[in-house]
Amino acid sequence: MIDRMMFAAVAAGALMATGTPVAAQDDEPKRGGTAIIHMVSEQRILNPALRASTGVYEISGKIVEPLIDKSYDGYEPVLATDWSSSEDGLEITFKLREGVRWHDGEDFTCEDVSYSAMNLWKELLNYSTTLQQYLEAVDCPDPHTAVFRYSQPMPLELMLAAMPDLGHPVPAHIFEGTDPLQNEYNTAPIGTGPFKFAEYQRGQYVIAERNDDYWRGEEYPYLDRVVWRFITDRSAAAAALEAGEIHESGFIGVSMADVERLADDPRFDVGPEGYENNVAHSTIEFNHRNEALADLRVRQAIYHGLDIDYAIETIMRGYAKPGRGPVPSTGGANYTDDVPTYPYDPEKAKALLDEAGYTPDADGIRLRLRHRPAPWGEYTQLWAEYFAQAMAEIGIEVTLVQNDAPGFLSGVYRDHDFDTANGWHQFRADPAVSTMVWLRSGSPVGTPWTNQFGWQSPEMDQLIDAAASELDPATRAEMYHQIQRRAMEELPVIFAIEHPFISVTSKKLRNHHNTPRWNSSSWYDLWLDE
Amino acid sequence: MAYLIYALRRALQAVPVILMIMVGAFLLLKLAPGDTVDALVGDMGGADAQFIARLRAEYGLDQPVWVQLWRYLAKMAQFDFGWSYVYEQPVATVLLDRLGTTLMLMCASLFFAFTIGILLGAIAARRAYSATDNVISTLGLIFYATPSFFLSLMMIVIFSVKLGWLPVGGIRTIAAFHTGWDHVLDVARHLVMPTAALSLIYLAFYLRLMRASVLEVAELDYVRTARAKGAGETRLMVHHIMRNALLPVVTLLGLQFSTLLGGSVVVETIFSLPGLGQLAYQSVIQRDMNTLMGIIFLSSVVVIVVNFLTDLLYARLDSRIELA
Repeated sequence: MIDRMMFAAVAAGALMATGTPVAAQDDEPKRGGTAIIHMVSEQRILNPALRASTGVYEISGKIVEPLIDKSYDGYEPVLATDWSSSEDGLEITFKLREGVRWHDGEDFTCEDVSYSAMNLWKELLNYSTTLQQYLEAVDCPDPHTAVFRYSQPMPLELMLAAMPDLGHPVPAHIFEGTDPLQNEYNTAPIGTGPFKFAEYQRGQYVIAERNDDYWRGEEYPYLDRVVWRFITDRSAAAAALEAGEIHESGFIGVSMADVERLADDPRFDVGPEGYENNVAHSTIEFNHRNEALADLRVRQAIYHGLDIDYAIETIMRGYAKPGRGPVPSTGGANYTDDVPTYPYDPEKAKALLDEAGYTPDADGIRLRLRHRPAPWGEYTQLWAEYFAQAMAEIGIEVTLVQNDAPGFLSGVYRDHDFDTANGWHQFRADPAVSTMVWLRSGSPVGTPWTNQFGWQSPEMDQLIDAAASELDPATRAEMYHQIQRRAMEELPVIFAIEHPFISVTSKKLRNHHNTPRWNSSSWYDLWLDE
Repeated sequence: MAYLIYALRRALQAVPVILMIMVGAFLLLKLAPGDTVDALVGDMGGADAQFIARLRAEYGLDQPVWVQLWRYLAKMAQFDFGWSYVYEQPVATVLLDRLGTTLMLMCASLFFAFTIGILLGAIAARRAYSATDNVISTLGLIFYATPSFFLSLMMIVIFSVKLGWLPVGGIRTIAAFHTGWDHVLDVARHLVMPTAALSLIYLAFYLRLMRASVLEVAELDYVRTARAKGAGETRLMVHHIMRNALLPVVTLLGLQFSTLLGGSVVVETIFSLPGLGQLAYQSVIQRDMNTLMGIIFLSSVVVIVVNFLTDLLYARLDSRIELA
């Protein structure tokens, strides 16, 4: 039976108390100031109930709050104060916070949650449509209780893990009776958060102003204003950091060389803290329709031919570790490192290729592959170039096919016009709402970041489905361990490098990167020391 | 009257040209792999198949290419440039928002490049093969050889990071809420480095061309005649040499007005200026067909108008040239 999961309400500001124990004079939070944040790309839509993407949360997270957020101590109640599940897993009940008002003055109630869940989370929100596919209704027995009813058991653990990203209610009174996709508030969001949307100039900036009516109390937020500036050129962004024009650049928004350089600069904090919930894998993806790559020995040979530690040191500047399958080491109980591994061993790689029948031809080449690197920036490109070099050493000639984002996505995931590809994929707190799509077969052709590799395993599919609705956390974890072991044995995809993202933050910002999804969080306790 | 008829005829001639450009561009853009839905979904971090099919249907991308082309042309005939699905705004609004910045940048750069270029060129020619000429010519060579992205970044490092004199990028100081003259001054400060980066290479063009042109004209018979009549050096330079030496430079000016738009892509991206160049680049990446077609339309109109103005200017500078 699942017990009620109760968390002592996190007293406002308790998070701040962690860190340095001695509160010196200048560690007293100061009110006021404008934090200026770098964004390397622009999502344009600012509604997190319509677009599940960190690029959206980075801005909208300050304006629209989720039911639950994540802190380093576990789940943190935000708009929901308490949650429980029925024994059969078919009902999940949230107690909602009272006395919360939307930025336009209306009360936040169960109506908003019910409307958002049924019309946006279940119907329109990417990733969430799969999560909520068995959601039948959300009942409102009173204005501050929401009961989610499912036709298939929904593990509370999965629901909680998904809520920080996929659990943002929008105001029903703004959206009801409109087409949610066309609603003008998608680019001018109304939420309950510490900052109110003020201005959005396309291609330039977004401004959010302090919400004087914030439910955590009138001392919050400390800042007057947050400004996000869109700077697509990474070198210019690094210069803006140095010139003091911006305070933070997240998600590796500057080049790796600048990350390394600014890490030695006493004016900045540089590191992967605050991304524990946003860990990603750099991958090597195979097209199993290619006869050679369908041979497990060839895939094993490729893994043995990759010096992962070298790639971590040179490309990721040490901010990463070797991957161990579809769940990263930050995955909690669902992670295991008890899996087969493939240490760097070119001789063994060559032996495996020999065994598979791919012996060197007159030019010394065993195999020729067309590789598509994802255009997701510098380190992804470098990883592709390293892959080509490493493969040359074991006699595989890799031709890089350069493409931009639409070219890559349609080339790999719709037209299947590749032999190998590489990119990175984010792990989103729970395997069921993230990396399992890499392994589960049957997703329609053209769905990006899914198993379009022509690899199919009925046992794996069965395991993935069973784990998604398994209610007992221990059994569920054991299932994910099995999935990881299988993924490492059969290598449908190589989850080569597990890496967090990196922020460069001016030391003028205080209380920064103090939660595991900090860039997406509300920043009510962030303050500026200047 | 003759001017009016001439203008009217040029305008009529422009219609089939623009139509051909638009159809050609549309088909070329359709050859690029992937569409705007691929790009949007990529930005979102993935979506399910149903959602993707819905978007495609909503944007009309599920139709055959010729249907899409026909629909586009029918709308364009009514001067409706459609809706940008990436910006969620009418294309006309998106373009007009960006046009000001680009025009400001282009005009400032061309003005700077043209005036300083011909001035330096004329000085260099008058003092040909002297130390002054060598210094000016070497400078021209350096400006000509330096790629604008490198120049931009170096200027940022020196003037923003090291000296802290000028802002790194953007068109104005955000959240400073300047008004009136403060605002004008603020925008001007933001345009100093982009203008310099964009104009130096053109400055080098004008300088070199002007120098060669002045040297050539100075040898001609009518200059000798003017000198024999006792015209002073200044009068000789301004009335007899410069005016005639300007002709090839003006030709280049007209040609370069259109290439400047291309050059501003790099400069606008580095200085994060919200202009047409950056918009064009982003629209290609996003496969934002309507916006891209709008930019192409606007650019072809600009080129046609500038060509027309150049022809008029020719007639003004050299009365032997007749408009026909």
